[in-house]
Amino acid sequence: MAESAAVEFRIDRRSGVATYLQIVQQTKQALRLGVLEPGDRLPTAREVVEATAINPNTVLKAYRELEREGLVEARRGLGTFVRRTLGSAAVTTDAPLRAELTAWTRRARAAGLDKDDVSALFTAVLDSTFKGDQDS
Amino acid sequence: MTGSAIEANGLGMTYGRKRGWALRDCSFRLPAGRVCALVGPNGAGKSTLLSLAAGLLRPSEGSVRVLGTDPGEARTRIAYVSQDKPLYPQLTVTDTLWAGRELNPATWDREAADRIAGPLPQDAKVRTLSGGQRTRLALALALGKRPELMLLDEPMADLDPLARHQLMGVLMAEAAEHATTIVMSSHILTELEGSCDYLLLVDGGQVRLGGESDDIVAAHAVVTGQVRDLAPHTVVESRTTGRQLTALVRKEGPVDPAAWDVTEPSLEELLLAHLRSPQAPPLLTPSATGGPSRTGAAA
Repeated sequence: MAESAAVEFRIDRRSGVATYLQIVQQTKQALRLGVLEPGDRLPTAREVVEATAINPNTVLKAYRELEREGLVEARRGLGTFVRRTLGSAAVTTDAPLRAELTAWTRRARAAGLDKDDVSALFTAVLDSTFKGDQDS
Repeated sequence: MTGSAIEANGLGMTYGRKRGWALRDCSFRLPAGRVCALVGPNGAGKSTLLSLAAGLLRPSEGSVRVLGTDPGEARTRIAYVSQDKPLYPQLTVTDTLWAGRELNPATWDREAADRIAGPLPQDAKVRTLSGGQRTRLALALALGKRPELMLLDEPMADLDPLARHQLMGVLMAEAAEHATTIVMSSHILTELEGSCDYLLLVDGGQVRLGGESDDIVAAHAVVTGQVRDLAPHTVVESRTTGRQLTALVRKEGPVDPAAWDVTEPSLEELLLAHLRSPQAPPLLTPSATGGPSRTGAAA
């Protein structure tokens, strides 16, 4: 192994989120934040399972999913590499969507909702809006 | 294209007329390359099943084949760590590892063994080691043998959480790199859940659930709604509170989402529901149903 991998996955077994999805989401998060860039190597299944004690097939399933979405590619004998980033203008600090959400959050706070209330409300709307999207 | 690591047909074991059957009428298949959790309550027959697969017990009825052959024939390709971790108490750690190498000259992987046994006091006699240290040494021998099939009976029971995590990581790395089939028994599912992709639930001497953990979970649903008939689904367990019914069902076709609030059970919920409901019929996924026809197709 010439170069060490650019990221490390943290698995939370109590989160209720399927383990392979945690890997998918953490990879995407790293792509969005620019922690992972095109050409970077993801850790091998062996490296991930040795550190996290999860099943190797779970890692492979996550990598297949990322590959299906065109984010990474497996190069035989070399590893899995990032193909493109997810850096979208919509999530950066000064984007209009973020400004709208900030304004909405301030209104919610002014209306007397605490952080947990806002979070619960947001999650509920998020879940109902994206319902069914995650099936594959 | 995967062969079978274990294939049991009508397997039964009794330790004597008076004690009844420790295992009875077990038929299942474990495909090679899987990491399998063997779970069930105390006295369910887990250890008996592992001893039979390791060739240390002879079945009272039926048969078990391991890696395509008789367990005795496959002995050099199997590593079995029993619950009591038998080791020679008067040997030192170094001597024990040396014996491991001498007894497995063809396959011995010193690096693999040392990775596990490294933290142990090398000159200490086995009888002076703690339970957890003995487990570490037994697992070092098992890994050093570089087997195709590892049968581990309660391997993590006396390890501290750190050692548990590390050793599980090493076992998973072994599976990732060499496609080693691993069977681990435990009565604590959460200990194994993230690491295993295959499941055998043994209860009362019978295999009640067998197959890919994901498929077994996907075959079931937790439904909540107004009290009414759940047919055609098989009810594993149900509970009524006032007008509301909550049930864990085995799905026969899609569950009507208009009538029921449907969620996926966790593996633990699923196991507990089955253990509380001995009348629920067994479920083996296609890959877990035994029979010679299947192995023929794999060749």
